[in-house]
Amino acid sequence: MSSASAIYFVEGVLLVAIQEDISDTDILDLQEALSERVMDEAARAVVMDISALEIVDTFVGRILAQLASMSKLLDAQTYVVGMRPAVAMTLVELGMDLPESKTALSLTHALRDLRGESRG
Amino acid sequence: MSETATETVLTILQNDFEEIIDAWISTQSDEGVQRTDLFSHKEGREQTSVLVRALIVGIEKGATGDRFDLSSDAWAELRSVLVDVTKERSSRGVSPSDMASFVLALKAPVFYRLKDKLAKYPTNLVEEIWFFSRVIDAFAVYCTEVFIAERDRIIEQQRDQMQELSTPVVELWDKVLTLPLIGTMDSARAQEVMENLLETILRRQAEVVIVDLTGVQTVDTQVAQHMLRMAAAVRLMGAQCIISGISPTIAQTMVQLGVDVGEVTTRSTIRSGLADALNRVGYEITRKKDR
Repeated sequence: MSSASAIYFVEGVLLVAIQEDISDTDILDLQEALSERVMDEAARAVVMDISALEIVDTFVGRILAQLASMSKLLDAQTYVVGMRPAVAMTLVELGMDLPESKTALSLTHALRDLRGESRG
Repeated sequence: MSETATETVLTILQNDFEEIIDAWISTQSDEGVQRTDLFSHKEGREQTSVLVRALIVGIEKGATGDRFDLSSDAWAELRSVLVDVTKERSSRGVSPSDMASFVLALKAPVFYRLKDKLAKYPTNLVEEIWFFSRVIDAFAVYCTEVFIAERDRIIEQQRDQMQELSTPVVELWDKVLTLPLIGTMDSARAQEVMENLLETILRRQAEVVIVDLTGVQTVDTQVAQHMLRMAAAVRLMGAQCIISGISPTIAQTMVQLGVDVGEVTTRSTIRSGLADALNRVGYEITRKKDR
């Protein structure tokens, strides 16, 4: 498992908090670890909190998109939460708007959505 | 016999202070730059005498021999007076050329007095006239610079205010933001609007955003693309975007331009957009029964 990111398994959901200083190697490790955990735990969803990320490049953007596609193949929905405005603008500029992922403002919102609670 | 090129000028300004001011003011009115429509006689006279006083200080301190540099410390007082007078005059609508003529009008009264005093010393006369002329020209140029800088500042300020006014992000309801766009959108503005909107989403933890285009007349491809990018960025942040009030013209343009609106929610009016937004955050608009 990646040293820069921790994966927690709660209520059938894998929670991943991406660290601010995550390196390209770390994120590749994370991708591998995560795919195995999704399989092992039969997780119904993966929630990635990227609020610590201040900048993204094409590489990280692509990995995020791949993680989402991969989880989908393994029958788990991916949520990307807490994206910062600058990151959102960069990803959109790069044409990577993560079509396979759901998004939420925060972990709370994602979990609420997963539990199927009504909004508001 | 004078030693420097400023002695007689200085003597004239000091001894004939009141007369110089009177003469300056009458030259101003002869040239039609006194602007009594904008200033009372008293104000005009006050500005004039403050300037002459600062000029005397400047010449005493800063005019040694042949050298003259308006940016030196000796002229600091005059510079600040000039800035004040220029700002005051420009704010009341005096034009730059009137302002320059106003300053240049000081030449005539001083030159006549120099001519009287130095009639027997033509060399000194030319030197003093030459010196004084340079000083006054420098003032006129300086005034024009201050004038332009002041005007630029005002334009900049108004531009910012307009920018802010035209792109307000309003919290319409708990978790619902609205962004009513007005006027002509260009790429620079669209970018600014997007940044502003995304920051507000983060700050307010908003879940739904209504981008209302009712007040936008036309869009071009770039702006249409920007709108859709904005919607995509809003989604990435974890909020939902509703675009409302697309006019038939804009709809036609977008279709003709082949802009793919994709999965962006659109509503015909801001009213139905709001109803939809409230619905999404768990509220419902119902009419009171007894009405």
